[in-house]
Amino acid sequence: MKKLVLLPRLFPRSLVLFLFFAVAPNAFAVEAKSNPVKVYETRLDNGLKILVKQDNRAPTVVAQIWYKVGSSYEFGGTTGLSHVLEHMMFKGTKKLGPGKFSKVIAENGGRENAFTGKDFTAYFQQLEKSRLPVSFELEADRMRNLTLPEEEFKKELPVVMEERRMRTEDKPRSLTYEQFIAAAQISSPYHHPIIGWMDDLKNMKVTDLQPWYQKWYAPNNATLVVVGDVKPEEVFELAKKYYGPLKPSENIPELKPRIESPQYGERRIKLQLPAKLPYLLIGYKVPSLNTAKEEWEPYALEVLAGVLSGGNSARLPKELVRKQQIVASADVGYDMISRQSGLFIFDATPSAKFSVADVENALYKQIEELKSTLVADSELQRIKAQVIAGDVYEKDSIFYQAMILGQLETVGLPWSVANEYVDKIKAVTAEQIQQVAKKYFRDTTKTVAVLEPVKQ
Amino acid sequence: MILKNIFLMFMAGFISVACSKSSDEVVSSKGNGVKIQSWKSSKGAKVMYVHAPQLPMLDIRLVFNAGSARDDKHQGVALLTNAMLSQSAGDWTTDQIAEKFEAVGAKFSTSALRDMAIISLRSLTDEKWLAQALNTFKVVVSKPAFKEDEVKRKKAQQLISIQNQLQSPSSIAKNAYYSTVFNDHAYATPSVGTKELVNALSVKDLKNYYDKYYVAANLTIAIVGNVDQKQARKIAEDLTADLNKGNAAEKLNDVALPVQSQIVHKEYDATQTHILIGQPGMKRGDKDYYSLYVGNHILGGSGFGSRIMEEIREKRGLAYSSYSYFSPMQSIGPFIIGMQTKNEKTTEALEVLNKTLQDFITNGPTEEELSHSKKNITGGFPLRVDSNKDITEYLAVIGFYDLSLDYLNTFNDKINAVTIDMIKDAFKRRIHSDKLITVTVGKK
Repeated sequence: MKKLVLLPRLFPRSLVLFLFFAVAPNAFAVEAKSNPVKVYETRLDNGLKILVKQDNRAPTVVAQIWYKVGSSYEFGGTTGLSHVLEHMMFKGTKKLGPGKFSKVIAENGGRENAFTGKDFTAYFQQLEKSRLPVSFELEADRMRNLTLPEEEFKKELPVVMEERRMRTEDKPRSLTYEQFIAAAQISSPYHHPIIGWMDDLKNMKVTDLQPWYQKWYAPNNATLVVVGDVKPEEVFELAKKYYGPLKPSENIPELKPRIESPQYGERRIKLQLPAKLPYLLIGYKVPSLNTAKEEWEPYALEVLAGVLSGGNSARLPKELVRKQQIVASADVGYDMISRQSGLFIFDATPSAKFSVADVENALYKQIEELKSTLVADSELQRIKAQVIAGDVYEKDSIFYQAMILGQLETVGLPWSVANEYVDKIKAVTAEQIQQVAKKYFRDTTKTVAVLEPVKQ
Repeated sequence: MILKNIFLMFMAGFISVACSKSSDEVVSSKGNGVKIQSWKSSKGAKVMYVHAPQLPMLDIRLVFNAGSARDDKHQGVALLTNAMLSQSAGDWTTDQIAEKFEAVGAKFSTSALRDMAIISLRSLTDEKWLAQALNTFKVVVSKPAFKEDEVKRKKAQQLISIQNQLQSPSSIAKNAYYSTVFNDHAYATPSVGTKELVNALSVKDLKNYYDKYYVAANLTIAIVGNVDQKQARKIAEDLTADLNKGNAAEKLNDVALPVQSQIVHKEYDATQTHILIGQPGMKRGDKDYYSLYVGNHILGGSGFGSRIMEEIREKRGLAYSSYSYFSPMQSIGPFIIGMQTKNEKTTEALEVLNKTLQDFITNGPTEEELSHSKKNITGGFPLRVDSNKDITEYLAVIGFYDLSLDYLNTFNDKINAVTIDMIKDAFKRRIHSDKLITVTVGKK
């Protein structure tokens, strides 16, 4: 899935890492031999939650600070606010001038960036381990002391608009995806794009940002995640020193549920854009781990995603790409770690001799197959093997390990979900996959978007 | 976009020193950093190995000198040949191969750049799983079937990729840059090829290409993970057993500098104009490597704080992404300055970029900038090799481009030895303001 899950302030060095989140099973420890790595947890008096995981393979550390705020906290008219604020977080505090944050981190040999998602805004530094205090000092400072100067805002807002042009306006598929998401979700806060609508950006004022910052940027609305060659008790001490003195916010608002309103039949949109290739998106409304009434359902949907597109031997590449040759590529995406219910999405590019309608029908046949026939044991075994292996592979990245913990905490799930993941996936049965297919892949929750290329 | 700069560093003892029963022909890096061992397989492939026992997994990266710079008249053949390696091989169908890898959780991938044709495997080192992954890998690499119908299907997919590039202004700009800057050199054309030439490719073309370039003497093997040296040797021997010895690919032609500056505009219906400015930069192992590397870090290679980012984004809000980089290759690779801005701002952006570059060539960096950059580069070394994935990529580069095994262990010293005068001198000699190619793609 080429969907935009996160908006980094700069392109991350490996975009794959970020997109991986949306596509691949997020695997975690459990095979008999592998012990889940212990997560150390504490909370400061001011409410800041701290999670630490040790990995001493290299003398490096990653520190991430996660705030419970993102595009799903926003309202019409000021969409994109969280992301613009993320940009402005580099524009100076009472102590540190605009742009200085990045310079200090660079001088310490560090890498840094930030990203905004639907349900979170996060900032991180990767450093040689002895430099961790630098990260804490700077992040603690900008958690409460941002100055938000008008003249900096005036220069940064056009940057964000350029970002939107680059990511969305000039990319026919991204534009299709954005409108598809908005069509599928009407009253849910996932309706609007993370980066915000262009008109909202144009009319944004620095005075919109100040209350947003005051409201959400506080220790009692944040989680600090540290993974690397560190000692947990030392990290806790260090965190106490720098973050401890910060005052908690007393007016963190209670979130309204903003549950998506019912859908009464299929929705369908068409985009006619200058492009060379047609493109198809189909989405069904599905629960997340947070909203599922039956806890096994998201795991069954996760395995179902694996049956369809988890590797080159999965059904879509095998049946649609190679056997029928109807599509040039086809993929599915499901994100179980989100605050609210979301979408299970199919996306496909037809091969030269087939139309979008052919592709759509072929995908429906695949869905019918899932409803009518139990998934073969060999398919389940393959997915489970991939999850077990993935659990080991992901330990090759301390950044990714930190990311999982931060995301879980920030959408309101305990980090222990990470350690249960492999077992929960292993427990999924063929019958459960069939059940979720029948329950959720229905016309009354379906939205279809078609990109129809027009000549320039 | 921050391009990954391939360099490695001295890193005190976090990757354990391989238990070296090194026979005579094994060469090891010196110092106690990342301990690289290198040898030739009996078929003549160059093996680069690092023991990383902390995780029960193994990464292998095979790099043949078979990138699209070898396409010759058959544009797109390098990429298509490479892509066919995941299809039928030996007695197995494409489905069976995919199942064999995935049943043991192995990850297999292929890619072809201008210099390199890459085939990668990641597997657990649990014996029963590793054996199946390696055995499948070996067959895929050494017994591709090149079946007519599968070639046809992959070809159709490559044609879709070409179409996809045509709806991406950044790809259009890149292709225009390469074709203008590299003119009649093999780097001028994109790996994906053109519609007509890809259509014309035959099974025979692919087989010929494979027979000539997918040979042991043309191969670098990077092995990183939880296998000891003895196992690594056996793996390298097994993987190359069924390959022909063959010959290393011949040296590519030298890249000529453009005769004069040129501006290329491609009209495209979009809100932004994509800008690329540059010329041929440097090759791997270049004598000016460190001066140009540090200089570019200051000019536009380090994101925030670099001059281009300051002038374009921080001061003027002209772009989200603005950068410069050298991409050293077998022959001289590109030097590129890039950004994208709304169409109306193109002229202003071009002026700022050219002025920034010109000023840097004339006056070089300040002491403060140089010292800041050195701190960033040397202080950040541990981060560059803190995963098996990174180490594998770096090993492949060091081996493929014949860089010194001590590249890592001496890198910090070489960075620290760079002076302002060295940077000024290198930029003056290497970047010629009167020979810059400027590409714009957008709406005028």
